[in-house]
Amino acid sequence: MATESIDYASPETKSKVETKVFPRPGQHVTGIVDWLTTIDHKKIGLLYGLTALFFLLLGGIEALLIRSQLWSHNMEILTNRQYNQMFTMHGTTMVFLVIMPLSAAFFNFIMPLQIGARDVAFPRMNTLSLWCFFAGGITLNLSWFFTGGAPAIGWFGYAPLTDTRFAEVMGDMGPDFWVFSLQILGIASLLASFNFITTIINMRAPGMTMMRLPVFTWMTLIVSFLIILAFPAITIALAELMFDRTYGTNFFDFLEGGKPHLWQHLFWIFGHPEVYILILPAMGIVSEIIPVFSRKPLFGYGLIIFSGAIIGFMGFAVWSHHMFTTGMGVVATSAFSILTMLIAIPTGIKIFNWIGTMWGGRIRFDTPMLFALGFITMFMIGGFTGIMHSSVPIDAQHQDSYFVVAHFHYVLIGGALFGLFAGFYFWLPKMSGRLMNEKLGKLVFTLMFIGFNVTFFPMHYLGMIGQPRRTHSYNEGHGFEAWNQIATIGAFVLGIGIAIGIYQFVSSFFNKKLKPAGKNPWDARTIEWTLSSPVKEYNFARTPIIKSRDQAWENNYGPKEKHAQQEALGDHGVHMPDHSWCPLVTALGLFVMVIGLLFRQTIEFAELFIATPYEIAIAGGSLFVLGIVMWALEGPGGYHLFPKETEE
Amino acid sequence: MSEATAHSIEHHEPETSTGIPNKKVLMWAFLGSDCMFFGTLISTHLIYRKISATVGSNYLDIRDLFDIELTSFSTFVLLASSLFMALAVSAIHKGNLTSTRWMLFGTIIFGGIFLACQVYEFTHFVHAPGNELTLSSYRGDPHVFGSTFYLLTGTHGTHVAIGVLWLVGWLIYSFTGRMSVSDAIDVECCGLYWHFVDIVWIIIFPVVYLMEYAF
Repeated sequence: MATESIDYASPETKSKVETKVFPRPGQHVTGIVDWLTTIDHKKIGLLYGLTALFFLLLGGIEALLIRSQLWSHNMEILTNRQYNQMFTMHGTTMVFLVIMPLSAAFFNFIMPLQIGARDVAFPRMNTLSLWCFFAGGITLNLSWFFTGGAPAIGWFGYAPLTDTRFAEVMGDMGPDFWVFSLQILGIASLLASFNFITTIINMRAPGMTMMRLPVFTWMTLIVSFLIILAFPAITIALAELMFDRTYGTNFFDFLEGGKPHLWQHLFWIFGHPEVYILILPAMGIVSEIIPVFSRKPLFGYGLIIFSGAIIGFMGFAVWSHHMFTTGMGVVATSAFSILTMLIAIPTGIKIFNWIGTMWGGRIRFDTPMLFALGFITMFMIGGFTGIMHSSVPIDAQHQDSYFVVAHFHYVLIGGALFGLFAGFYFWLPKMSGRLMNEKLGKLVFTLMFIGFNVTFFPMHYLGMIGQPRRTHSYNEGHGFEAWNQIATIGAFVLGIGIAIGIYQFVSSFFNKKLKPAGKNPWDARTIEWTLSSPVKEYNFARTPIIKSRDQAWENNYGPKEKHAQQEALGDHGVHMPDHSWCPLVTALGLFVMVIGLLFRQTIEFAELFIATPYEIAIAGGSLFVLGIVMWALEGPGGYHLFPKETEE
Repeated sequence: MSEATAHSIEHHEPETSTGIPNKKVLMWAFLGSDCMFFGTLISTHLIYRKISATVGSNYLDIRDLFDIELTSFSTFVLLASSLFMALAVSAIHKGNLTSTRWMLFGTIIFGGIFLACQVYEFTHFVHAPGNELTLSSYRGDPHVFGSTFYLLTGTHGTHVAIGVLWLVGWLIYSFTGRMSVSDAIDVECCGLYWHFVDIVWIIIFPVVYLMEYAF
């Protein structure tokens, strides 16, 4: 591995006595401690990806239960409350615990490599956001085991469903778990986004100007801005909801002067930018893949980025199209309708640019390209139905029908998930160092593509003939059965495809029979492909000096003056940050505090009194503060590496 | 996998693409995000300001409760603390650590006075005889004003309290010798935060307090 590349000569660095609260793991740790204390963006990216794939399976099982329940009329696989819990948990899991963290996995792993950085700007904060994501995922799924079970309020949590007085089960704790887990996940997303913004703005390699950034990095930047500007709305809305539930305030309580309508506004002010938070990373991935497999530079680079930014900007001005049927008045609905139609323009620009990139190219149909093409076609269908919904009268007709379910699954599976799977097939060789089996990859694509369309295309028709969404069963005689059965069969095919895909991703790290990937298996264009696979812990032995947009391509095929140069290694070598326990301790404290806050009665185990919820909350809060104080006291730390020049 | 050489190295700020320190970019991004937090809270308050569940005899005239002189005083104190903060940042950039310490102390004291005024105000409102305004009620009847008022001003108060704790941290560092001129950027970030919290109050004071006397 890297050992032979290290110059053992000791540099002249002063050793400074540190305040040691408890010993900080050095750089030699291995095994579980290494993974628990890591601040390496690549390992964090892998942990994000692995956890998100686990939640993908979990959310997928919930989806299959929903589909089984709808197999025929008046089925009794799930009770109506269980059905509500399933679609709530399925939605929340897929949005917050699957698509967002899968995107975050790529942001973490790929973005610093694409800009020529050694790590993100704040490595320990990056770890904290990872553990907060863990804590949020666990908190949400703990709800199954306590009073009332999982939340049954929908992923949108509309008031007054969340009102304690209207709970189906006395003392229902599901919505509390939902509120607090979303708060922790919000912290995770916000911290990660501050980090990515700073990294992209400030840590680019010399010569890597903003207009030379790879499109995926640009989309990372835009999505990070969307997150930091959109999440506060839901954070405050959830805080208000928490006060309503715990301290009896009246924000969304219509019996005492509050307005449930306000919740919808606050939720969708967050919720619509969230849609672009989910789709823009996939668009970035696809913009990386299509030029590589078409053997052409990206067509209209500037336009793609500008339309991404415009989509993000306009995403804040269209939230009320989720609320056309709430009676906002003609002026508001018309304005939001027009703005929603306008968003189709930048989206269309992107699609035409991808087609323009492929036009006249020498296209290779490898698995990443198949998924990218699947993304374009399926996302377009989702986009078309989206434009239909921007028209108020059509929306009023489709509201709460299966047509809407078909629409957003075309965007989120056919769009986002296909894009992310394309990313896995494209970048996993860089992460694991091994090429994956193409035949298996193509089988996964075929299963997913067919299964997906068989599941969701009939839902357009089901919606048009009147099947309502969020309803646990239907009566005989509506003619819903046949199409529902086709959809359910499709869902299982899709599920099998995804499961094989996940198996393939995970096994590529362990299966020694697979071929080694080498530096640049796809003959790609961006500078992460100039590094060895898997990437060394210090990323770049020498910081590259960037000369052009498609640097790896220019290095191989371009004129001499466009080849990247390398910065000399300073006296201090490569500065590597130290491992740290503090992010884990801080996140653990936050988790314990939240658990304490959401219980209202004393906690007992086998009739043995353990603690009051406030004691637990205070203990967790103290641990949280302790983690932050230790964090401040231990300082940035770090050590120096001296890789030889020949190492990449 | 990796062998390293010396540990615990001298920390130095790396050069950045824009020339702006990483911490400052981070703080600006956070403040941009914080604008949206307060934006949401303030709009919630404005939407609910005139809504009363029990209209009529129990009409809430918040002017009966507000003590505008006290709030004006605490507003002045908070704004004055910004001056101290600016002087502290200026002093540490010039390397004058003693002056930095005193200016930090002044900021903490003024921030503390503001918090004390807010605590007094909250207790006074909750226990005002015949005019009790709680989180959920006014004169014992359901009302929304208390909900939005306490959550908005309370969130601002929490921001001030976190700022005071942060400044107290620097004050302690100034005695233990952990504060040096190379920390100027950290104190400056602290200052950015403090000024932002002040600016938010400049919006909250007219929108929540003064407007009640105008419209």
